[in-house]
Amino acid sequence: MSNMLKLTLRVWRQDGPDSPGRFETYHTEIADDASFLEMLDYVNEDLIAKDKEPITFDHDCREGICGTCGVMINGQAHGPQKATATCQLHMRQFQSGDTITVEPWRAAAFPVVKDLMVNRASFDRIIESGGYITVSTGAAPEANLTPVPKDAADAAMDAAACIGCGACVAACPNSAAQLFTSAKLQHLNMLPQGQAERWARTENMVETMEEYFGSCTNHGECQEACPKEITIDFIAMMNRDYLKAKLSNRRRGGQRTAG
Amino acid sequence: MPPPRGAPHRKGAAFANPCYTQIHPTCIPPSDEFQSKLTLMSESLRNDGRIWVPKNLDDVNVDAASIPEAERDYYLERKYPAFGNLVPRDIASRNAKTAVDSGRGVGPLHNGVYLDFSDAIGRLGHDTIAARYGNLFEMYERITGEDPYRVPMRIYPATHYTMGGLWVDYNLQTTIPGLFAVGEANFSDHGANRLGASALMQGLADGYFVLPPTIAGYLAPQLGNAPLSTEEPVFAQAEADAKERIDRLMGAKGTHSVDHYHRELGKIIWDDCGMARNAAGLEKALSEIPPLREEFRRDVKILGTAEGVNQSLEKALRVDDFMELAELKVRDALHREESCGCHFREEHQTPEGEALRDDENFAYVAAWEYAGPDIARDAVLHKENLVFDEVHLTQRSYK
Repeated sequence: MSNMLKLTLRVWRQDGPDSPGRFETYHTEIADDASFLEMLDYVNEDLIAKDKEPITFDHDCREGICGTCGVMINGQAHGPQKATATCQLHMRQFQSGDTITVEPWRAAAFPVVKDLMVNRASFDRIIESGGYITVSTGAAPEANLTPVPKDAADAAMDAAACIGCGACVAACPNSAAQLFTSAKLQHLNMLPQGQAERWARTENMVETMEEYFGSCTNHGECQEACPKEITIDFIAMMNRDYLKAKLSNRRRGGQRTAG
Repeated sequence: MPPPRGAPHRKGAAFANPCYTQIHPTCIPPSDEFQSKLTLMSESLRNDGRIWVPKNLDDVNVDAASIPEAERDYYLERKYPAFGNLVPRDIASRNAKTAVDSGRGVGPLHNGVYLDFSDAIGRLGHDTIAARYGNLFEMYERITGEDPYRVPMRIYPATHYTMGGLWVDYNLQTTIPGLFAVGEANFSDHGANRLGASALMQGLADGYFVLPPTIAGYLAPQLGNAPLSTEEPVFAQAEADAKERIDRLMGAKGTHSVDHYHRELGKIIWDDCGMARNAAGLEKALSEIPPLREEFRRDVKILGTAEGVNQSLEKALRVDDFMELAELKVRDALHREESCGCHFREEHQTPEGEALRDDENFAYVAAWEYAGPDIARDAVLHKENLVFDEVHLTQRSYK
C-alpha cells in the first residue's frame, strides 16, 4: 500500500519571458506511488481551488518517451533517479518532510516561457540544419541488401534513444549541447543510410549548435543527467567526424558543401 | 494527446466510426483517482508472461507466490487454448474485465490481473528474460516499486487508441475540399480493431506512399493562383469565432477546474462506452453528457489570462471538443446494433460470450456529419458500404 508524504515545495514562478522570477513555497501531502508530475497536478488542483494560477510545466506522453517534460529537482535535471525522466520519477524517491526545489532548465539558449516551461527551439534549429538524408522511396528494399554490423546498429540505436528533453544542457556548467547534437548526428553517421550527407550534416549541425550553446569542457554531467543514458562516447565520435568534415574534399566525395 | 479532430469536424469534416476505441490490455492498473496515466506496458510481454487470477475469491489478498498452481485460473489459456495469452487485444481486455468484475482482481485495489514471468524465467533463465524485456521490467519497477523478476506484474486494460477519425476518401481528403487528414487523425486503415504497430504503419504509409502522389492532384490545378489574402472576410470571421470561444470559456469564472470536468467525462465514457456496452448504459451516457457539457461551459474555472501561455485554457478547448466527440461516440455505439472488433455490445454475443457481428445490416463505415451543437439530435449519419470482392468476411475463432 502507498504511504503519504508531507512535502514542502519551492517552485520557480515566472509570469513571462521578460518578467522577474521568484520562488514560491507550497505544502502538499501526496501518496508515494504518485509520479512527480502527478504531484504537480495535485498541487495545481489545490492552487486552482484557492483561486491561484496553477504552475505551468511542459508534459505530454508521461511515459518517458516524448522528451517534453523536464525540470530541475533539487538542482538535478530530472531529479535523483538515474535514467529516469521527470514523468517517470515517482514520489517514493523522496521522504516525508523533504523540501523539494523545482526550477526550469537554466540555460541562455532555453529562455523561460512561463514558470517551469522553457523554449527549446534552439534544438529545432540544430535539427533543421542537419537537412535530409537521401533514401530511395517506393517499395521497401530487401533488408539484407544493406549490411549493417550488429555493433553499429546497436550503437546507432543507443544514440537514437535521445528524446531531446534538454537535460544534458541543463546539467552542463557551460550549457553545452554536445550530447544532444552528437546523438542526433551519430544515429545517422554510423549507418549506411546516413553516409551520403554525413560530412555536410556534421559541419552544419555542429556550427549551428555553437551559435546557441556553450562549449564542451568534458565535465560529463550530461551523461549522468540523460534519462536515456546516452554516453559521451558519441561526443568523441562527433568531434572526429567534424574534424574529418573540415579536412575532406567533399567535391571529390560527391557531397555538397551546404545541406 | 490524440491529434485534434474536434475543430475540423465542427467545420464540416465527417467523423467516421467514433465508437471504435481500442482498449489496451497490458497497462499498469491505477493506484488512485489522481493518476494521470495508466502506463502502457508493451504487448510483447504476453509472449512470455502468463496471465492469471486466483480461482478462489479468498486468495485475492494472498501473496501470489503462496497460491498453488492448482488454485490459479490461467483464464486465457483455459478459454482459448489455440492462442492462449496471445489472443487479440479486445479479447484479452474483455476477459481481464470479466475476471476483475468476478471479484478476483488482484493488487491493493483489486483492479488488476497477474502477468507472471516465473515460468519463463525458470525455462529460459533470468538473463534471457532480461535481454528481452529488461527495459520494460525496469519501467514497471520505477512506477510500482515492485520487482517483476520476483513478483508477478499486475496489469489491467486502459483506453489506448481511437481507430475512428476524420472520414477520408482514397486520396486521404476529408469531406472538406482541400483538407487532407493523414495518420492517426483519419479513420481509414484499422476498421473496428487495430493490430500492434499498425498505427505506426499507417503514419508511414499515409505520409510516405499515399499522400505525396494524391495531394498533388489537388494542388496542381491551384498553380498560378494567388494565395488567398488574409484580408478576406473568412479570416476575420475565423478569428472572431476563436476569440468568442476563448472569451466564453475564460468568462465562465466558475467553480471547478478543467481536469475535474475531463475526469467526470472520462468516468461516463469508461463506465458506459468502454470495453462492454449495452443500450441502457449508452442511453444513460447520452442523458449525462449534455448536462455535463453545459455545466462545464457555465462553471469551468480558468485562472490567469488568455494572453500568452495558459495551459488551463488550452486544455479547456480540448475538453470542450471532447464533450461533443464523446456524445458522438456514444451515439455511434448505440446505433451499431452488433458486436464488431473492439465494439462489444452485450446484447450481441454468441452463447460462449464472443462478439457477434451483423454483416447483413452493419457492414458499413458510419460517417457522421456535424449539423449543430445538439449532437444527439443533429448529427447526420452517412453510410459507406464495405464491399469485399476477393477476401470475404468470416468470423474469426481463437478457440
